[in-house]
Amino acid sequence: MTHVKAEHNVKLSQNVEGIAPSGIRRFFDLASSMDNIISLGVGEPDYTTPWNVREASIHSLERGLTSYTANAGLMELREEISRYMEERFQTKYDPADEIIVTVGASEGLDIALRAVVDPGDEVLVVEPCFVSYAPLVSLTGGIPVPVPTSMEDNFQVSVEAIRERLTPDTKAIMLSFPNNPTGAVMGKAELEEIAALVQEHDLVVFSDEIYAELSYDEEHVSTAALEGMWDRTILISGFSKSFAMTGWRVGYVCAPAPYAKAMLKIHQYAMMCASTMAQYAALEAMKNGRQEMEEMIVSYRQRRNYFVESLREAGLECHSPGGAFYAFPSIRATGMTSEEFAEKLLIEQRVAVVPGHVFGAGGEGHVRCSYAASMSQLEEAVDRIAAFVKNVRK
Amino acid sequence: MTDKERELLLLIEKEGRMASDKLAKMLELPINEVRDMLADLEERKVILGYSAIIDWTKAVGTEMVTAMIDVKVTPQRGRGFDEVAERIYRFKEVKACYLMSGTYDLSVMIEGRTMSEIANFVSEKLSTLESVISTTTHFRLKQYKHDGIIFVDDDEDDHRMVVSP
Ligand SMILES: Cc1ncc(COP(=O)(O)O)c(C=O)c1O
Repeated sequence: MTHVKAEHNVKLSQNVEGIAPSGIRRFFDLASSMDNIISLGVGEPDYTTPWNVREASIHSLERGLTSYTANAGLMELREEISRYMEERFQTKYDPADEIIVTVGASEGLDIALRAVVDPGDEVLVVEPCFVSYAPLVSLTGGIPVPVPTSMEDNFQVSVEAIRERLTPDTKAIMLSFPNNPTGAVMGKAELEEIAALVQEHDLVVFSDEIYAELSYDEEHVSTAALEGMWDRTILISGFSKSFAMTGWRVGYVCAPAPYAKAMLKIHQYAMMCASTMAQYAALEAMKNGRQEMEEMIVSYRQRRNYFVESLREAGLECHSPGGAFYAFPSIRATGMTSEEFAEKLLIEQRVAVVPGHVFGAGGEGHVRCSYAASMSQLEEAVDRIAAFVKNVRK
Repeated sequence: MTDKERELLLLIEKEGRMASDKLAKMLELPINEVRDMLADLEERKVILGYSAIIDWTKAVGTEMVTAMIDVKVTPQRGRGFDEVAERIYRFKEVKACYLMSGTYDLSVMIEGRTMSEIANFVSEKLSTLESVISTTTHFRLKQYKHDGIIFVDDDEDDHRMVVSP
């Protein structure tokens, strides 16, 4: 058999070509090529999904529950999510038409942005942040506008920083607290200031609250629960972090019916529905997962306390991360860029961290360290970081 | 019991003895407060000891035989089951002893080097006690989980990618 080699010029969408590959990739490749490293570069829990959740999913397979579900997800699961959002965060969503079960918060972010943003619209993105926001905005044809935060403000976003970047084209703002990579949280009073501005300028809010449960010092406040915010907020969340379910790919979005309806249009054509067995797992997590989740939360908090304090002792300035499982120390005192710091630390001490600039504006000068690692790994990592810092400061 | 004491106990129940400076950081307490708390809990016998969890089947040549014995006894006037329980749990072979509800009274766990060592203990020491009515001995064949720890080789590798968003 012969293949006739057809002439073909690869024809890619300019939109896609315009997106830079994630800066994390380079570090992944470098770290993967090395042995004996301690990785603080992992953006997911160090727990396995609780057994009752895994078992429920196995049971669903045994019962032969392998067909599609409703586009928006299992009704029973949406009802549980609805009850949970009300009990936990005092914000009410109708399971019939205001909740969609998605393929992770990742898909939730995508359909939320696509449902709202038109080409040319500007979306304010509070940074440093999860790496997908700006590229997903770009894919809609919208323009991501970074709003930087800094350690001096505990990585909380200020009204002034937002106000400076408002234009007639500003349509929406992306918030994410507790934050990946900074661990920053925003309390009620601080969020209310932002809420007032958002209402004054009639913006839509995308609020990625996937780390809501992982808030260690104060109760998480949902943006949607603030006075006047429910109508304009699309809340994105999921099971990955709080229930240690990253690989299941299941999350959800909650929004007023007109927004949910628009998102469902995209979801039904692009996804049909989230994986059925993952939905049964999520249902069990919602119904009976609380206790084990709380045990994980206590342990994250203890490890955070230990790790942040130890980083400070090692000579790195570090704000107090109130949530998620990341510390975001400043490495400026070493005189290096975050890229140099992360690369040298990896090569010389075999500790993987992620350079802060990959998370956007305000990230340079910091590195993200995930403390979702065992205590013995954290202890060893801290010793190595301390030795490294001491060495470069000599 | 304060919240911090409870948190401390839950932590060391799982981790065993830990350095006070590490505990101080994890619990956000001054180090001398942690030391005092530990000393107090030890003195009040809330903390009775610190030990390791060992899978003796893997320590070749030192494997022990374990039996669970259901013991029926006649309770004594005024002292109930406590006196006979004490006579039993003071034997050093007895690793655990519980008063149970149900069809028998005391559950006694015995450890010995061989089965006959245990058989001897039951026939000579245990069943000869005046208040003991009967004993039923069950030998342990395999340990799957003990004190919350899974003993069979579990896949505990970290499957996560080394760096992820
Ligand atoms: C802030 C944030 N949002 C969303 C996600 C994606 O979560 P999921 O696994 O639900 O897609 C992550 C994962 O790292 C995250 O950190």
